[in-house]
Parts: sequence; C-alpha cells; structure tokens
Amino acid sequence: MREITYRQALNEALAEELERDPDVFLMGEEVAEYNGAYKVSQGLLERFGANRIIDTPISENGFAGMGIGAAMVGLRPVVEFMTFSFSLVAFDQVVNNAPNMLTMSGGQFNVPITFRGPNGPAHQLGATHSHATECLYANFPGLKICTPATPRDAKGLLKTAIRDNNPVLVLEAELLYSSKGMVEPPDEDLLIPLGQAEVKREGSDVSIICYAQTVPLALNAAQQLEEEDISAEIIDLRSIKPLDEQAIFNSVAKTHRVVIVEQDRPFCGVGAEISYRIQKNIFDELDAPVLRVSQEDVPMPYNERLEKAVLPNMERLMAAVKKVCYS
Amino acid sequence: MQQAERDEVEMLSLMLLVRRFEERASQQYQSQKIGGFCHLYIGQEAVVVGAAAATRPDDYFITAYRDHAHALVKGTSANACMAELFGKETGCSKGLGGSMHFFDRKNHMYGGHAIVGAHVPLAVGMAFASKYRGEDRVTLCFFGDGAINQGAFHEALNLAALYKLPVLFICENNLFAMGTSVQRSTSLKQIVDRAEGYDIPADIVDGMNFREVRDKMAEIVGSIRKEPHPAFIEARTYRYRGHSMSDPASYRTKDELEKYRLDDPIIRLRAQLTREGKLTNEQFDKIDREAKEAALASVKFAEESAEPPLDKLYDYTFVNGSKR
Repeated sequence: MREITYRQALNEALAEELERDPDVFLMGEEVAEYNGAYKVSQGLLERFGANRIIDTPISENGFAGMGIGAAMVGLRPVVEFMTFSFSLVAFDQVVNNAPNMLTMSGGQFNVPITFRGPNGPAHQLGATHSHATECLYANFPGLKICTPATPRDAKGLLKTAIRDNNPVLVLEAELLYSSKGMVEPPDEDLLIPLGQAEVKREGSDVSIICYAQTVPLALNAAQQLEEEDISAEIIDLRSIKPLDEQAIFNSVAKTHRVVIVEQDRPFCGVGAEISYRIQKNIFDELDAPVLRVSQEDVPMPYNERLEKAVLPNMERLMAAVKKVCYS
Repeated sequence: MQQAERDEVEMLSLMLLVRRFEERASQQYQSQKIGGFCHLYIGQEAVVVGAAAATRPDDYFITAYRDHAHALVKGTSANACMAELFGKETGCSKGLGGSMHFFDRKNHMYGGHAIVGAHVPLAVGMAFASKYRGEDRVTLCFFGDGAINQGAFHEALNLAALYKLPVLFICENNLFAMGTSVQRSTSLKQIVDRAEGYDIPADIVDGMNFREVRDKMAEIVGSIRKEPHPAFIEARTYRYRGHSMSDPASYRTKDELEKYRLDDPIIRLRAQLTREGKLTNEQFDKIDREAKEAALASVKFAEESAEPPLDKLYDYTFVNGSKR
C-alpha cells in the first residue's frame, strides 16, 4: 500500500483500464491537451494518443450521445463531464438513451458506458455549478451510480465501472481530488464492487450514513463525538445504486439510531429513500426517528458564509446526532 | 433477367412490402390491436429502399420513430415487426419497444428512437466506432424535417465534421413536422443549407424517385468509404397519411395530397421497369400479391404469439457481468 491522492487514484484507474482494453477510450472537455480541467487525465494523451484521449467541443448532449452510440456497437467509452452540473445539458442522453436502450431493444443493446466527473457543491461556484445530481439520476432505472469518497474507493470503483456492461455514473468530488489515502500498488488489479458500502469506522451508539463529500465530515464528527462519549459508526455508502441496504440495516440493528448526512438537497434526496427503507424494514430496531442532515433547500448562494450555512456542516450534524441520542 | 434488373424488381418488391405492411398496420391500429403511437412511412418508400440498394448489409442504419420500413429493408421479418406492434414477445424488440423502437442487432438496425433528434448523436458515436476500428463501414442516420432544429442535431453535425466521421445524414423531408410546415419552423430557405453551416457536403434528391435516391446515395457512400467524412442528403418526399395514426392532417389540402399521389414512388418505378421491358403486369401482380400475403400473415403470426411474461419484467434493466 502507498499513499496517493484521489486524483492520482483516478488517473491510475484510467491508465490501467486503457492499457488493458483497447476498446476503452476517454472523451470530454479538456481531457487531452489540457490534461484535464482538474488534471485527472494528466499524461494520458501522451501515453495513449489522440485516437483514444479525445478533446470535445462544449457539446454535452452531443458527446454524451456519441459515447452512447459508440457503446451500442461495443466500444467502452469513458465520458467525462467537467462537472455533473454540466451533465444536465445532456440529461436526455444520460437518462433516456443510456439506461433505456436495453429494455427498448428487448435486450439486444446494452450500453457499457461510464460517465464520470466531479459532482456536488465545491467552493463558491454559485447556483448553477453546485448541483448534487445523484438523487436525480438515481430515480431512473437502468443507471448504476457510485460516489467514491477516498482514493482507494475512487480507483476500485472507477475500474469496476469501466468493466461493467451497463451505464455507470462515477460521481467524484472536486474538493476530494487532493485528499490522500492508502491504495494497493498498481500491479494489484484493484476492483471494488458496485453496490457495496463500507464501514469506515466502527461504533455502537449511532449509525451515521454518508457518502462522497460527507464522509470526511462524518469521520471528523465521529472523532469529536468520541470525546463526548458517543460512539458513532460511519457507513460510507460508496454506491447510491445499487444501494447496500444490508450494510445499513446491520448497522442500525446494532446502534438503533441513525443520522443520514448527505450532500444533496432535502426534497427527494438520497436520504429520503434510505429513511423510508430503514423504517420499512427494521422499524423495531429504531429507538429514535431517522434524521437527515443535507443542504438547505435554497439555490446555492455565492457568499462564503452563506454557502457554509447551506452545506451540511459539523454544527448541524452534531446537533442531529445528539438529538437521536437524546443527549 | 439481368442482375441489375432483378435487383430493381427486388427493390420494388421491398417497397411493396413496406407499403402493404404499413397499410396492414394502419388497419390493425384502427382495430385497437396496436397501442400507443404509430407513424406510417406510406409514400416515403423510395428513400429507405434506395438507401438499402446503395449500401451493404453491414452498414449501420439508425432512424427516428417512423421506423417500420427501416427494419424491414434491413431484413427484419414482417412477422417480427407486426408482433412488435402487437407487443408480443416474438417482436423484434420482444414487445418491450413498440412501434417507435424497432431494433435488430443482427441486421444492423439500431433503432427506432422517439425523442426528436436525440438519436443523431448516437449515429455519430456509431460512426466514430467504425473509424476507431479502421472499418470502411458507413452509418446512415435518418431523421425528419422537424429534427433539424433540435440542439442535439446541431451538436452531432459539428462533432461529425470535426472528427471526420463516416456518417451520412439523411433528412427525410416530408414537408411537415407533425402539423408544422418547414416554412413555419425553419429560418433557412432550404433544409440542406443546415449542413453548410457545419462544412458538410450536401445534396438534394427527389425522395419519390427510387433510382435517383439509390444512385446519389451510392455515390456518396462510396466516397465516405474511401475517406471517412460526413455528408448530408435532403430527400424531398411526402407522407400520404398523417404524422401518426392520431393525426387527421388538416394542415394540408386535399389538392396537395392528390398532387403528391401522382408521384407515388412505387407507381413510378413500376412504370419505369414496365416501359423498359423489365417487368410485366403479371410479374407486378405477383410481387404485390406476395407483399400483401406477407403483411396478412404477419398479423396472424402476431395474433398467435405470446405476450412477454410478467416474471421477466426485471430482466431487461441490466445485463449481468462485466467484460472479461
């Protein structure tokens, strides 16, 4: 194991899959000559050439559809959205063409495409550049969605996504690109299954369900809570769809209290679905209502202090945990 | 009969198969055997049959929702087509697609797409894959006059020209996007001028003339095979029925319809072949009868086929496994 950044982990995943399978190619805005808007594709053009690392014009709908068409005839495109906020321009392609093709064709055409890029709020990017799109895409049958929070998860999930024969969204986070973590060496083919959560920290008093950007927040909170004699178990979902229900239920059966901390907006957010499933399946294990900590239900303001108030933060998370612990 | 003549008679048979199939589908829709939307290709036969005559079986075809003819000319059986309209599991899309989503992987028919213009980027991706693999295959992307104003169409044309992809864009201009004429929707004087904006070579063909369609497409497809690049054809055609089965087509006059009926592509090719001594009346009657029989037989096949089973409802959302 060696310590690398989340960005390097993604770069390694791309390079390994490009090397391994000639049908894999990468396309998106600035991925080639610019080495990636966030440098995720650094060095790939030089190594794999312009036929496989392709700069696109600003045409999200066009190049998303182009990727889907190429996937229909058996190539394995990795399409980068500079941010998933821009994927909304390609919404029709991502939710109509990619996930429906298999059904509409009676099973003839699967679409082995990976859409990846940063997702969710960053720093003061304003209302149109801060979307957490996981809950939008999660509503469409036929898409798989993962949200890696650590370098190891980023590498393992992206590799798995590229090899999956279905459309997979890999929702990264710009604010995590420079974060560091331990990852297996490159000669070990690191594959992490989709639909598998991970207990990032064991605990006994409360389950904190989190994913992507809220994972570091939850881990910090767990540290602070320990000093206040509350033992928090941190469940990193890693995938939104398929959802690892069992991991959630196992934890709740142990702790009997749940807080879901999510980077999206509250209405129809991911936590709403999880809350429903918890109370439906293991109601008897709950000693308190399920609480959610999410963004405030407003378009994201630019001002720094206001943005901090909108985002799920330590203050609100701690308050929610204490509430379910009745302390 | 010479090969070329036999081929033309075969193509006439194919046009008749499309015509008689669509007429049968219309009747079945009125009998409520077919649900949802049903968009008929009647009158436009020369365009897709001309395209089939100008291309190889392994060239890719992709189109919008007026797609029954495209499947038939690529080799999907009339039985599988009618069964799909009836929603049966023997349909070309196992009853899961319906009229707007005919697919046939084996015969290189890539749909059947219902969102106007949304399949044009798919076609560009398919052409990209051909070039990526070093094939001399050509992708033929069909769409109507309504699609040329959709954003996806514009993005796709730019990508095709930028990357020099082997795709032939074919606008089946039947003068109306549902009830809206080209003059009322499009800022240009001619649809073909859209291609100029993307530096894509473009031609106009008389879409009611099989030979003109075939010859022009063959020439263009040949040049694309030699050197990958996109091209654009505006095929001027006419649909003798409404936009769909739900459309009484009150936006055009009876006189206009009558005028275009005189251009019937089937009557024209028949007249040409007859005049040239390549087709007798008896031969025509025979191939027309065969087309009618095939259309009728497809109804029986569809009626007798089973519905897709409920317990397979979740089987077509994902495929299992990953590559290697």
